[in-house]
Amino acid sequence: MSTATTYPHTPGFYSGDRPEIVTSRFRYEDSYTLERYLATDGYEGLKAALTRPAPAIHDEVKNATVLGRGGAGFPAGTKWGLTPPGVYPRYLVVNGDESEPGTYKDRLLMERDPHQLIEGCLIACYAAGLSQCFLYIRGEMALAQERVATALNEAYAAGYIGRNILGSQLSVDIVLHWGAGAYVVGEETALIESLEGNRGMPRLKPPFFPAAIGLYGKPTIVNNVETLANLPWLLRNGADEYLKVGTPTSPGTRMVAISGHVKRPGVFEIINGTTTFRDLIYGDEFCQGIRDDNELKAFVPGGGSAPWFIADQLDLPFEGRLVGAAGSMLGSGAIMVMDDTTDIPSAALTLTRFYAHESCGKCAPCREGGTWLMRILERVVAGVGTNRDLDQLYEVGETICPGAFPHASSAALDLPAVPFPYKMTTICFVGPSAYAPVHSALTLFREEFEAKIVKRTFIPVSAAPVTPTSADAATPAPAGAH
Amino acid sequence: MTTIETEAVDDAPEPIADPNAVAIEINGRAVTARKGDLIIKAAEDAGEFIPRFCYHERMSSVGMCRMCLVEVDTGRGPQLMPSCMFPVSPDMKVFTDSPISKAAQEGVIELLLAQHPLDCPVCDKGGECPLQDQSFSHGPGESRYVEEKRHYEKPIPISDLVFLDRERCILCDRCTRFADEVAGDALIHFTHRGNLTQINTFPDEPFASYFSGNTVQICPVGALTAKPYRFKARPWDLDEAESTCTGCAVGCHVAVQSTRDEVVRIQGVDSEPVNWGWLCDRGRFGFESISSGDRVTTPLVLTNEGHAPTSWNSAIGSVAQLINDALAAGGPSSIAVLGGARGTNEDAFAWARLAHDVIGTPNVSAQLGDGLPVGVLGLNRATIAEAANASTIILLGPDLKEELPVLYLRLRDAAERKRSRIIEFTAKASGLSRYAWRTVFYQPGAQADAVTTALQQSEIAAQIGSGNVVIVVGRANLAESSSATVAALLALTAAIPEAKVLPALRRGNVVGALQVGLRPGIDGLDSKGILAAAAAGTIECLVLLGADPLSDFPDSDLARRALAGARRIIAIDTVVNDSSKLAHVVLPAAGFAEKAGTTTNLEGRVTRVAQKITVNGTSRPDWMIAADIAKRLGTDLGFGSVDDVSAAINQHVDGYEGVTAAALAADVDGVLATTRTIDPINVPVVGLGDRNAYDFRLVVSRKLYDAAVGTSHSPSLAPLAPGTALYVHPLDVARIGSAVGAEVTVTSQRAMIVLTLATDDSVQRGTAWVPFNQPGNARVGDLIDATSAVTDVRIESL
Repeated sequence: MSTATTYPHTPGFYSGDRPEIVTSRFRYEDSYTLERYLATDGYEGLKAALTRPAPAIHDEVKNATVLGRGGAGFPAGTKWGLTPPGVYPRYLVVNGDESEPGTYKDRLLMERDPHQLIEGCLIACYAAGLSQCFLYIRGEMALAQERVATALNEAYAAGYIGRNILGSQLSVDIVLHWGAGAYVVGEETALIESLEGNRGMPRLKPPFFPAAIGLYGKPTIVNNVETLANLPWLLRNGADEYLKVGTPTSPGTRMVAISGHVKRPGVFEIINGTTTFRDLIYGDEFCQGIRDDNELKAFVPGGGSAPWFIADQLDLPFEGRLVGAAGSMLGSGAIMVMDDTTDIPSAALTLTRFYAHESCGKCAPCREGGTWLMRILERVVAGVGTNRDLDQLYEVGETICPGAFPHASSAALDLPAVPFPYKMTTICFVGPSAYAPVHSALTLFREEFEAKIVKRTFIPVSAAPVTPTSADAATPAPAGAH
Repeated sequence: MTTIETEAVDDAPEPIADPNAVAIEINGRAVTARKGDLIIKAAEDAGEFIPRFCYHERMSSVGMCRMCLVEVDTGRGPQLMPSCMFPVSPDMKVFTDSPISKAAQEGVIELLLAQHPLDCPVCDKGGECPLQDQSFSHGPGESRYVEEKRHYEKPIPISDLVFLDRERCILCDRCTRFADEVAGDALIHFTHRGNLTQINTFPDEPFASYFSGNTVQICPVGALTAKPYRFKARPWDLDEAESTCTGCAVGCHVAVQSTRDEVVRIQGVDSEPVNWGWLCDRGRFGFESISSGDRVTTPLVLTNEGHAPTSWNSAIGSVAQLINDALAAGGPSSIAVLGGARGTNEDAFAWARLAHDVIGTPNVSAQLGDGLPVGVLGLNRATIAEAANASTIILLGPDLKEELPVLYLRLRDAAERKRSRIIEFTAKASGLSRYAWRTVFYQPGAQADAVTTALQQSEIAAQIGSGNVVIVVGRANLAESSSATVAALLALTAAIPEAKVLPALRRGNVVGALQVGLRPGIDGLDSKGILAAAAAGTIECLVLLGADPLSDFPDSDLARRALAGARRIIAIDTVVNDSSKLAHVVLPAAGFAEKAGTTTNLEGRVTRVAQKITVNGTSRPDWMIAADIAKRLGTDLGFGSVDDVSAAINQHVDGYEGVTAAALAADVDGVLATTRTIDPINVPVVGLGDRNAYDFRLVVSRKLYDAAVGTSHSPSLAPLAPGTALYVHPLDVARIGSAVGAEVTVTSQRAMIVLTLATDDSVQRGTAWVPFNQPGNARVGDLIDATSAVTDVRIESL
């Protein structure tokens, strides 16, 4: 098996002897220019699409089962079909607010191949009958914003966007919008609120999904960057070719970002559905094993909000349903690896602190519960936890996610898996996301928490953290602690 | 199948099924809900209370607090759903008290209380607090939260009237939703995020909304408190009476709350046809003027040393003497009664009987030159609800946000929810201009032309033709004669004969006063005529019934000459004002909440006004004063109690046949009473003169907060009056050759006054706007000539 190639202009990305559906141009230093794009089959997918009626394109995408790459994995073709008939205008919103901890694949797609995204948008607009597209790019991604803005200008000047594109009846406008830095805006309804100029807070989805009532109250399709980036290749090569890659339930490729305690963290375009986590973490063309050849302790399979896996799950393939049955989710395609030097309670605290901080404040269980979890964890990690605290973590989590919470199986603990998904008392997934790392860590590594508990039934007031950030500083062990 | 057939047989007597009925099951009990009802409302109607904080019937649902989570089974098994977000659907099963529902509710209470300071013993809300109540009824009873709570500075003022305690706040989004959705003043919002999410204003921009007090009322915790009530009383010490606000003619339903015989708070009460539970801040906080130290407490007579207190007996004797002297000197028509629009129907009726029947004068006017001819009330009248549901609302009147704030809320709602389109004719952009479908600007005095031109536009004609039309008409500009507005109104009613008219007159009971008889009799003079006659020396006795022409009549010079020319002046008022200072006798009148009776709002709705506290000093209600005077003049009106007067109104006044004590008690929303036997409008049209060098046409209108008694004697409201300034369009400043903030001379054909120049882009170019009756020395009324059609002014730098 050949080892991976990397390009100096795209640090952290490794190609290999694998199909390249969305990263084929990453090898060129000027991959983001219109010139290079046109020289490498650029806008050919759009041209191919424009020769056929729009419903045929919609069917093509539906047949190819292009799964959403943002987290939920909902088929894009089906999503496009959910708009109520006869209601216009309707909008395409591109979710480029990639903020899930550990995820940085969309950023590369926008930085390295913005025209591919634009072409994907145009194909989607044509297929679903949309005339206005909003590109929402995360505020922190300055280079991506710059590259996409430049590409939009080039494409407008060359007649790929605007009125009567390439002489056809298709007219599409694409508007670039920069986010202001909020994790929750990656949730589609919060993104729509933000786009409308409001504070990014999710809307309750049922009874109305964005496809029916979305941006400005009109039918709106929200697609992830990577999902749309698949379309040019799909239209150039057809659904049959697309289905030849991956498995029938998870066709095509997937961008995966792997970080943590591996020898070679980075972004890889992998074959969907067949590549196993063992391949990804230990494989030569991927991460090449754990740093210092340590033992694997745990890994997060699908972004910071996914329940954790342990070595027992290494041989699972990267396939949504199997991973769901095993107690977690693929989410945004971000794997975070923890080796045996990891302090599990601290790792859980780091993630929980992120979600508690990023709660938009709308739903009480997330706003208050997330912070409560964080406060308890802070105490436990600081060595001033009480016997009651560990059960308390479950009890607080119960108010956010009533009922059984999914987790992985563990042979060592003789613990069967609880499959995805969970129930929740909040509108969006930020609240449960604060609980997921706590629950996984506590369920799979309870002894590490217990080791931190000083046998005490009260909290010494002087040692109790008083601000959300106090645990950032090393908390000295209280006098009398062992 | 079998059960359905059995039921069909049982229900045979009622074959017509209600198309809006939805059969659902709540806690195992079959319930019929209304289509479109939210689960939370359907459950409440069925007697199952689902706890809630963010849900409010008059605002959109947000599903924010998660308190109303209940298990709902729509056929896919029970699922936790926020019941404030989901409408009922057929065969839905709702479990409000299942173990999972209860666990979810207890969990949310515990989470909401986690950061809540629990300072109930010192919190104004304690005792009437939904958080407190529902913690007892639906909470876990104890908390497992042992971490330190978050701390904020408490409380912070977010406006001149409202304080915010962010520690108590549970972030239910009620106040912010109200400010955005209902009031249209989105000046408070969430800031920060996560656990530090808080409500706040934008930097340097206070929550200066005319409706800010409503946020205090709907706050489900003690986070928002209002300055006038802070630490004044505990809820269990309050006694309350339902009443009607008489601050303006909308007639909002209120609850007047008092402790130790002092009114300490006024809360809005939800009345479907009128105020939907909302109040403006002037109506809510104006009660402070009731206990003002400036109230007159005993009758006063004018002596050589000024006003001296006297007894009621001798004061009434003096009044009878003054009237008899006037009758002897000039006959009945030399006596005139001005005012009476601030009292109750009973006050107005008793005074109308005294003036018309006992004294025999036709010179009676409840308006003060700032209203419209009485004949407007004789047109086909609309209700507020009809206006707010009309397909077209035509505005031809004052800025409703300033003069009739809750009517503004209702019409704004109609436009925002796309029920109605507003066509506005105005000389200056108003609070509703933002929501108007079309705003037609006219130069003051030229509204009839503007209306005629607009009606010819095909789009506007099509809109008017698309459905029912309500014309809201009032006096937009005190610096022009009412004839221009009347001409425009007549043009509209001629073009749209089926249109209904809602008179936007502003004084509390002006419609009631006019309807029960405080209007000019045959050949009687209106207020302008009365003052002109007084100035000419033909009025022997002028009765000021809560009227202050020196402040309130637009033409100050005429008012001054009239009060100087009237030989005898009798004033009945709650405080001594500029006009009553000149009175020979001042009789102290009972104020709001000090007398019972009824009031008629601008749509003709009669509702009850309650007495909640004893009167200030020896004050008496106006009707009693009228009865006493009549008796002293030799006629017994037969009014021994306020109920006698109410019964007489019911018996004698056209339109009030249905207004009985029983009817008013049965329906808190009141009874509609419109007097139809009012003479048609007959107003001579006054021609417009040339502008010459007077190149700015003057617009004078009222702000919500001015120097009127209710505002200036309420310590919390008085500082909110913006003060007098001359506002022009920003692009007109250069033309004047002065600068913003500088003093300029404003010269009309009458007088010259000095005002500070300011800009406002709601003012049209070529016009200048001055707020009326503001505190301060400059009197814009000096510029106004009541006999001319418009007022043109010259503006020069000083």
